[in-house]
Amino acid sequence: MTATKNQFNVNEFGYYGQFGGAYIPEILFNNVEELKNNYLTIMNSQSFKTEFDDLLKNYVGRPTPLYLAKNLSKQFNTTIYLKREDLNHTGAHKINNAIGQILLANRLGKKRIIAETGAGQHGVATATVCALMGLECIVYMGQADIERQAPNVARMKMLGAKVVSVTSGTKTLKDATNEAIRDWINHAEDTHYIIGSVVGPHPYPDMVARFQSVISAEIKTQLLSCVGKQNPDYVIACVGGGSNAAGAFYHFLNDLEVQLIGVEASGKGIHSGHTAATLTVGTPGIIHGSKTYLMQTNDGQITEPYSISAGLDYPGVGPVHAYLFETKRANYLSVTDDEAMHAVINLTQKEGIIPALESAHALAALSQINFKPSDTVVLNLSGRGDKDLTTYINYLDTHTHAK
Amino acid sequence: MQNRIDNLFKQKNKNILSIFLTAGYPKHDDTLAIIKQLDACKVDLIEIGIPYSDPLADGPIIQQSSQVALENGVTLKNIFEQLKNLRSVTQMPVLLMGYINTVLQFGIETFYQKCNEVGIDGLILPDLPLEEYNSVHKVYAQKYNIHVVFLISPNTSAQRIKVIDEQSKGFIYLVSSNSTTGSGKELPTTLVQKVEDIKNLHLKNPLLMGFGIKGKPEFDAACKLVNGAIIGSSFITLVGHSTNFEKDISQFISTIKN
Repeated sequence: MTATKNQFNVNEFGYYGQFGGAYIPEILFNNVEELKNNYLTIMNSQSFKTEFDDLLKNYVGRPTPLYLAKNLSKQFNTTIYLKREDLNHTGAHKINNAIGQILLANRLGKKRIIAETGAGQHGVATATVCALMGLECIVYMGQADIERQAPNVARMKMLGAKVVSVTSGTKTLKDATNEAIRDWINHAEDTHYIIGSVVGPHPYPDMVARFQSVISAEIKTQLLSCVGKQNPDYVIACVGGGSNAAGAFYHFLNDLEVQLIGVEASGKGIHSGHTAATLTVGTPGIIHGSKTYLMQTNDGQITEPYSISAGLDYPGVGPVHAYLFETKRANYLSVTDDEAMHAVINLTQKEGIIPALESAHALAALSQINFKPSDTVVLNLSGRGDKDLTTYINYLDTHTHAK
Repeated sequence: MQNRIDNLFKQKNKNILSIFLTAGYPKHDDTLAIIKQLDACKVDLIEIGIPYSDPLADGPIIQQSSQVALENGVTLKNIFEQLKNLRSVTQMPVLLMGYINTVLQFGIETFYQKCNEVGIDGLILPDLPLEEYNSVHKVYAQKYNIHVVFLISPNTSAQRIKVIDEQSKGFIYLVSSNSTTGSGKELPTTLVQKVEDIKNLHLKNPLLMGFGIKGKPEFDAACKLVNGAIIGSSFITLVGHSTNFEKDISQFISTIKN
């Protein structure tokens, strides 16, 4: 299959090519159908747009800067802009989607909000908007992630959310998502499930991508005023479920001259058996209600992903990425734990920005690409590194290459 | 084509007792031994769960049993191997229950063909959408005489229930989710009212109630409303602790039936 124009959006049945769909227990049919029938009407209504835009501007702090990283550009002998999603309120792009979905939940009359979280960024974003709207908030988080992302757990609790520790399976994002879906099955009538990435049954992947598409809309406008053209040569973003990448790619999908690069976490290495690089090692199947690539055994059992980064530690990937991968519209690279840690230190010391571990995977991929000096590269810096400080300090304590 | 599920409901349409077990649990080779004992106890229907790593529609007990079965090395391939002698053990209707990804990786047609070969009568695939059944699965279900049973909940709309009834064969699985199932002898009045509304739709398929049916009180309460009920978690707990299937299963089933 090769890429042609205007084929990258979801079709009326909820599919991107063969990927996507809504493989859900019948009990959730009403909820998903309600969302499917209403999300576009609500999102396109004037009252929604006004409220969404106002909150993004005055509460989140958008537009986020498009920063010309001169030292990084010099290092890679090209022109690199960082899209500063790390400067959003709550510290990552996740808030864009959380704001959108809470406004949607309000309009659907839902009183109870549930969410899953890996690194805790989506959990914090959801807890934040629930505090803002005065809605009950329950966040499912794997026990292993609760341990490695303690500051975010504390923030969620302070914001009034109930954080439920998930002890099934690997005790990470996959299992937190399972538990959130089970909760939804048991509270189908009054509950809205704010999924944090471009995963899950249709219409979630499309809805979340639309809420995150503000990233690429801003890049176009900002780039025009910086360099006199809307389109860069490259857009680079990390991919776990893939929401920041989906948002950063969104308005460039049909501009085929823009090279789209997604970066997955290869953990301890692609062939180490400890990886989360779904598009490299996975095969098509169904996970969390969606047909996409996933890491699984020949028997169809979902296998345990691994990455040092809690936000990329997921055995599936959004169906839009499966499709962009299959059609070769986007290229997907992978980066190990160590390479990501080096990139953290590099950006911190070169530009004075401490990135999130997730975003560091995108940064580490810079050295895998042969840029021309004349290229314009936009890298989506999806989040800030405050939540990862313990991991960073431990790493620096045990490694000598800090300088 | 005859199907054992249809034959059952022709002979009996009240107090249908269906038991759910997880294949390869508690031990890898226990599957057939448990089925044999259920046959001896004259339950009406058996559902065999195919263990899955991420069983979204199951509660913690069945989830745990799946995990153990997977650790025991159970695969769909060796479930079919174990069930090779199914029909020398029982003539009861037997359904497989599992998740769509397992079937997809096995190969959809091969799966239906294998079900037919070992004498499986029906399938419950909670995450198979009705629309996908119609466009992909139905042709194989018909070819291999496998009834695909769909789930509804008390909150499913009348319109949707009618569509599901039209497409279903065998019976309809009515899920009384945790939030609506009571723990006592009586079912909550809201649930009773909703089930009465469903019955007033005069469906062509019988209704079996599942989820939260723990023992005799819940079973009896469900049977007052619909054609029968499915017991899963409490049976799994029983076999998980049992050192003598023959004695423990007989006792468990007779408590429910008498």
